[in-house]
Amino acid sequence: MSAETPAVRRTRQPKPAPKPAPASAPLPAEVETDATPRLPAGWRIIASKEFSDHILSVRFFVLLLVLGLAAAIPLYFAADQIRSVAPQASGSRAVFLALFWFGSPDISILTVATFVAIVAPLLGLAFAFDAVNGERSEGTLPRLLSQPIYRDDVINGKFAAGLAVIGLVLVAVVLLISGFGMLRLGIVPHGEEVIRLAAWVLATFLYVALWLSFGLLLSVAVRRAATSALIGFGIWLVFTIFGPLIVTLVQGFVTPGGNATADQVLGAVQVREFISRLLPSQLYADISNVLLRPDFGLKNLSTPGTIGQYQQSQQQIPGINSLDQSLLLVWPQVVVLVALTVACFAAAYALFMRQEVRA
Amino acid sequence: MSRAEGSEPLIQTRRLTKRYDTLTAVDHLDLEVRPGEIFGLLGQNGAGKTTTILMLLGLTEPSSGSALVAGLDPTRHPREVKRRVGYLPDAVGFYGGLTGRQNLRYTARLNGLTGAEAESAMAAVLDQVGLTDRADDRVETYSRGMKQRLGIADALVKAPDILILDEPTTSIDPLGVVEILELLRTLVQERHLAILLSSHLLTQVQSVCDRIGIFAAGRMVGEGTMARLASLFGDGSAAIEVDIEGTDAAEIKRAEAVLRGLPHVTDVVAPTGRSTTWHIAVRPATEETSVRSAILAAAVGNDLRLTSLRPLVPSLDDIYRTALHRRGLADRAIAGGKTAA
Repeated sequence: MSAETPAVRRTRQPKPAPKPAPASAPLPAEVETDATPRLPAGWRIIASKEFSDHILSVRFFVLLLVLGLAAAIPLYFAADQIRSVAPQASGSRAVFLALFWFGSPDISILTVATFVAIVAPLLGLAFAFDAVNGERSEGTLPRLLSQPIYRDDVINGKFAAGLAVIGLVLVAVVLLISGFGMLRLGIVPHGEEVIRLAAWVLATFLYVALWLSFGLLLSVAVRRAATSALIGFGIWLVFTIFGPLIVTLVQGFVTPGGNATADQVLGAVQVREFISRLLPSQLYADISNVLLRPDFGLKNLSTPGTIGQYQQSQQQIPGINSLDQSLLLVWPQVVVLVALTVACFAAAYALFMRQEVRA
Repeated sequence: MSRAEGSEPLIQTRRLTKRYDTLTAVDHLDLEVRPGEIFGLLGQNGAGKTTTILMLLGLTEPSSGSALVAGLDPTRHPREVKRRVGYLPDAVGFYGGLTGRQNLRYTARLNGLTGAEAESAMAAVLDQVGLTDRADDRVETYSRGMKQRLGIADALVKAPDILILDEPTTSIDPLGVVEILELLRTLVQERHLAILLSSHLLTQVQSVCDRIGIFAAGRMVGEGTMARLASLFGDGSAAIEVDIEGTDAAEIKRAEAVLRGLPHVTDVVAPTGRSTTWHIAVRPATEETSVRSAILAAAVGNDLRLTSLRPLVPSLDDIYRTALHRRGLADRAIAGGKTAA
């Protein structure tokens, strides 16, 4: 969390701001003038208020329900499948994780990982799309900003609260799924699976954080909450549902004819890869697959950038990636997700700092 | 605490200016508000009142000039200034899903008040604005006037030295307005606050403010007590109200002739119906006292049964129009509909 993003000029007092005293702590030594009693870190107070608002809000329950259902349905199919193949799979390195990517044999998208990938962005958007413009339309923003806080405390606090809530929801859902798996399948995850699962939760968290910061940007840039919600969900739809279609479309345009040279073919592939690497949904799908499935082939990733790598990946013998290999594989995707998140948040931050207080 | 000294202004601006691209919202404003004083910033919508207030709170940076609030520059020490200034924004809003008390608690926490200290401060201000009974209801069930009173409580919970109220009486019913204005008076007496309030409602400003600044198109066109403004911007005439017994036509005719005969009396309006009140216009205004004496003498000499005699303070409406008119700003400030007298 960048509580002190240096993007915009700030006017800190020369003395270090008194650290926020825990509620029970006695009065700390007064470093301020007598007229100014200790001032707590504004973003923490805002974050804790926003957090409790979120937890008690209707949308929290709705999202928990939606995400729970999204996980429960594929889980039902996965469990049946796993039970039927489990005897042969004994000795496989990640039977437990199959809960998350196994689905119905008939419907390929019916897996926990896919459903989470579809629903998770909603989680981020839902807790951010009205963060700032909601305060504006309620008329609470001028009152909030006239309290002894810095202006960025508002946006930092809201971002922090959003992160906390989505973290809570994700951990809760994954624990529920795991608990179900252990009870129904009688399989307990072993050490490496736990780490993979934790990494996957972390990656999902990152992905949701990207949508959270994007929602925050919308809430600053767009005056009306309804409009920002509409834009947010529209873009979610485009990326999540139509994302692969866009890639295919672009591929259709750039694919060279039959007598193309190797360079031309490579160029076309690189364009396609570049496009798909810009799609957060594709990045997350890559991360998710690699982390949850040790046997996931390199050739399905959108990473190869040179013809050599491409050839290698085509010729790769199916194998099982060890944990560190998997982490190494997803590293670029993780970096891009972080970069996109930071970019969205920085844009929201800068815009908010420059906006007029008045609506 | 500078409270006890009394004479140091808590709000002071020097040639404070705010320019937007083409518009000068606030133009070389000089303003002083002292503790124990209610200062009324009077102006039409768009005159620059809110911009001035935002600069005083450090929420907007001035283009030039300076402001000192509680002895501090709000641009450089916004947190300290905001800690000592209670602010009621125009069209104040609250979190509708939270109760009044929860909203106040949030403000208290942001001001570093927690625990018993905060609870007792909240109880005190809720009692002061008369919301104790409804404090634990959700704010979305409050009426507009209750929200406004909660807004004042919200501004007071940090125990400020200065209170800045932006249009505190808009969209409140007349009874509520009286309550709020009385509350402000009490606050000034009890806590020795400096209050700056902005309004476009002349009569309310007139009834509660010690000093008034008339603000038009970003400039202070007149400033001072009502008496000073009257002498500056009165139209040069004064008025006196007289009550004389007798409502039959002959008596009224006789009295009218006597009153019209007095020096410096420019007009006499006789009472109608059952009223006994006469309205007498005097020009120049400086002769108002001599005319009063003359009326007394004439009443004795002509056997008019005088029951009361009082000078009329010129209303702020008149002063306001004249002030705008004289500065040649009337056209710019009064946009559409209303015309300056």
